[in-house]
Amino acid sequence: MAIKAFDEMNSGTDGSVRVPYRGVADWLARTSPERVAATRAEVDLFYRRHGITFGAYGAAEGAETTIPFDIIPRVIAWDEWQFLHKGLSQRVRALNAFLSDAYGQREICRAGIIPEEQILMNGEFVAMAQGLQLPGGVHAHIAGIDLVRVGEKDFYVLEDNVRTPSGVSYVLENREVMMRLAPELFAAKSVLPVADYSEELLATLRSVSFSDGHEPNVVLLTPGHYNSAYFEHAFLADEMGIELVKGSDLFVDESRVFMRTPRGPQRVDVIYRRVDDAFLDPLAMRPDSFLGVAGLLGALRAGRVNIVNALGNGVADDKSTYTYVPEMVRFYLGEEPILQNVPTWRCDRADDYKYVLEHLSEIVVKEIHGSGGKGMLVGPTSSKAEIEEFRTLLKARPDNYIAQPTLSLSTCPTFVNQGVAPRHVDLRPFVLSGKKITIVPGGLTRVALKEGSLVVNSSQGGGTKDTWVLAPDPSDPPHSNGEVSAPRTEGS
Amino acid sequence: MLSSTAKNLYWMGRYLQRAKSTARLIEATQRMALQSRGEEAAGVAAIFGMEDEFRQSQAQGKRLASLIDFLVLDEHNPSSIVNSISAARRNAREERNNITVDVWESLNSLWLELSARLRGNRANLDRGALIESVKKQAVMIFGAAQVTLLRDEANNFLQLGAFLERADNTGRILDVKFHLLRPDGDPGAEGLDYFAWSELLACIGAVRTYRRIYRSSLHPKKVAELMMLRRDVPRSVHHCLWMVDLNMRELAEAYGTRGEADRLAGELHARLRYARIDQVFDIGLAKFLGELRGDIGTLSNEIGRQFLLD
Repeated sequence: MAIKAFDEMNSGTDGSVRVPYRGVADWLARTSPERVAATRAEVDLFYRRHGITFGAYGAAEGAETTIPFDIIPRVIAWDEWQFLHKGLSQRVRALNAFLSDAYGQREICRAGIIPEEQILMNGEFVAMAQGLQLPGGVHAHIAGIDLVRVGEKDFYVLEDNVRTPSGVSYVLENREVMMRLAPELFAAKSVLPVADYSEELLATLRSVSFSDGHEPNVVLLTPGHYNSAYFEHAFLADEMGIELVKGSDLFVDESRVFMRTPRGPQRVDVIYRRVDDAFLDPLAMRPDSFLGVAGLLGALRAGRVNIVNALGNGVADDKSTYTYVPEMVRFYLGEEPILQNVPTWRCDRADDYKYVLEHLSEIVVKEIHGSGGKGMLVGPTSSKAEIEEFRTLLKARPDNYIAQPTLSLSTCPTFVNQGVAPRHVDLRPFVLSGKKITIVPGGLTRVALKEGSLVVNSSQGGGTKDTWVLAPDPSDPPHSNGEVSAPRTEGS
Repeated sequence: MLSSTAKNLYWMGRYLQRAKSTARLIEATQRMALQSRGEEAAGVAAIFGMEDEFRQSQAQGKRLASLIDFLVLDEHNPSSIVNSISAARRNAREERNNITVDVWESLNSLWLELSARLRGNRANLDRGALIESVKKQAVMIFGAAQVTLLRDEANNFLQLGAFLERADNTGRILDVKFHLLRPDGDPGAEGLDYFAWSELLACIGAVRTYRRIYRSSLHPKKVAELMMLRRDVPRSVHHCLWMVDLNMRELAEAYGTRGEADRLAGELHARLRYARIDQVFDIGLAKFLGELRGDIGTLSNEIGRQFLLD
C-alpha cells in the first residue's frame, strides 16, 4: 500500500519547490557531492569528539554511538509555526489542567467525559500525589509533543510526552553543528535562534519553587552516566549552571532536601529529575532503587521541594488517555482544539476491536504504555507471519492496545548513500510551562533513514535534523499582527 | 559544588598524573635497558610496589617487554596507563558540566586515540607511539585546565589530586632507584654509572634542568636534592607539596574551616621547605623518604575525610 507522501520541499503547487525550502534547494543545487561528503564526515567526528553520544538500550555496557545527523535542515515557515505554537500552548494548558484535576477533585470524571477508572486504574497513577497543591498548578513543566505532518495544512499530534521527554540537547547541538558546517546556508534566510532554551528552562524551573523567601536552588537529578540520555543531562546542567546530581548526592533531613558539598549540606528547592517515578524514593516507591533519595516524597508533600516534572504524569500521556485530549481542551478551556489527534481505535471497545482485527494489515497497532518504537505493529510494512504473531498478542490483552490508520508522514530531502532522497520525518517541539508558557521555535526533527520506514526513533535507526523556523520575510505581505519577531511566550 | 564533583575531579587529576608519570618512567627505563646490561624489570616493578602482582599476572617471566605491557595495557592492573586514562575519562565524563570543553575534548581525544590503537592486533601495536601520545596529550590536558578552568574550588580539587599523585610518584622513584643504585645509601660519587643516574633524572624529565642548576657532573646527592628539595623544579616533591598546601589554603579560605588535612599539608610543605640535603642523608634517605611517603598517604586519606570525598 504505497501512499504518495507529502514532501516538504518538493510538494509545491505543480511539483515546484515550496517557498520555505527555496534557500535549501538552491544550496543543494550549488554544492558539489564531494563537499557534502566531506561535511558529513566532519559531522560524525564533531559529535564523537564532543562526546555527544547515545547509549542505545541493549548495547554493551558503556557502548556509545552517535545519533546520525543529517545536514539538510527541516524548514518550517513563519505562519506554520504560529499555527503550531498556538495549538501546542493550548494542548499543554489542557494537559496541565487535566493533571491537576486527576490528582484533585476529578471534575472531568464527574462530568462524565472520562471514566474514573481511566485515571485510577492506570498503572502510572501515583496515589501519593493526590491532593498536592503544586506551584502554579503546573504538573507538566516540560512537555515534548510529537507531531506529524501529512499535507500542506495537515498536522496531527501523534503522542504527548509529559514524563521526562528527552532530545532537546540535540536541538541545540544540531544548530551549533549546522552553523559551523554550512554557514552559507544561513546567509540566505533568517532562521530563528534556539540557543536560549536553557535560559528559558532555568527560568521555568525557578518559577515553580515552593519557597518564595530566597533564591531557589535548582538541581538536575540524573540516574547516572550509564543512562542513555546522560549526555543531555550533563549538557543541560552545564548550560543552566546548576548542579548535576545523583541520588547519592542528596539526602532528606526533617522534610528538607540537601545536597552534600565539601562545605557542608546545601538546601535544594527544585529538582529537575530525569529519573522515572518508580525510582525516585525507595521509601515510597520501589524499595530496590539506588537512583532516588529516601524521603523525597515526604519533602514534596511537606511543600519543601518541588519535583519537575510532577509525579504520576503518566496518566496524561499514555496512548489510551490520548484519545481524550481533544475533550480535555473543550472541557477545561472551553475552546475547540487547534491541533488534531490521529483518529484512534481503542481495542477495549468491542466495535473498535473488531475493526482492528479485520484490518491489521492496513493499520498501526501500539501498546498503550509502549515507547521507543517498541511493542508496535506497522501493518502495511509487516509480513504475514509478523501480523499473525501480533494478532496473538493483541487477542491475549485487547485492552493493552490502540490502533491508528497508517499515516503517510511527510518526507524531507535527506542525504543517504545514493545521494539525496526523501525520508519520513516527525517533529517534537518542547513546551515549557511555569508562570507562563514558552516554546523555543522548532523542536527536534527525527528522520527515518531507512527507505520507506515510518519509525523515526533513535533506538530504531532514526536520525535527526536541524529544524528551522524562518523569520517572516519582510518582502512577504505583512501578517495580520504585523509582528516581525516570534512571540515565544504567552500567559497561561 | 557537590562532594561527588570534588571527588571526581580529584581522581581525574590523580589518574591523569599517574598515566603521565608511568609513561615517562617506562620511557626512561627502556632507554636505560638499551644502554646497560642490567635487568630492569624488577626495579620498575618495585617502583610501582607491584612485584607480587607482576609475578602473579599473566605476564609470566621477568622480561622488560612483558612488564611494559603490564604497565601500559594490562586490564587487570588498575594503574596501567590505559586503565588510568579510562578512569580519568570516566571521572571527567561525570563532570562534563564542571570542566571546560577544552579539557574534556583533549582528554576524550586521548581516550579515543588509545581505544583506536588497542582495537588493532596487539602484536603490531606501536607501544612507543602510544606512550609518546600519552605524554604529549597529558601535557595538553593539564595545559587546557591551566588556561581555561575557572579558578574555583573544582580547580583546587583537580590540582590537589594531580600534585599529590606527582609528589608520591617522584618520592617513590627516588626511593627505589636510589636504593638500587646505592644499596648502602652512601651518596659518595665514586664509580658512578653515568647512564643510570641520568635516566633517574629522565624519569622526571629533569636531565637538562640538572645541568642548568648545578652546572656540574652528576652527583647522587645533588640528584636527590633536585628531585626532593628544589622548589623551582616542577616535579620535585617540594614543589608538588607546596602546590598541595597552596590549594588547601585556598579551599580553607573559601570554606572558612580548617582541619587535620590543612595541618598536615602545611607541615609537609614546611618539612621540605626547610630541609637541607646533608641533614637528609644524616637521617638516611630511605628513612626520610619512607616517612614522607607514609605522611603523603595519610594526607590523601585526611583530604577524603575532611571534604566528604569517601
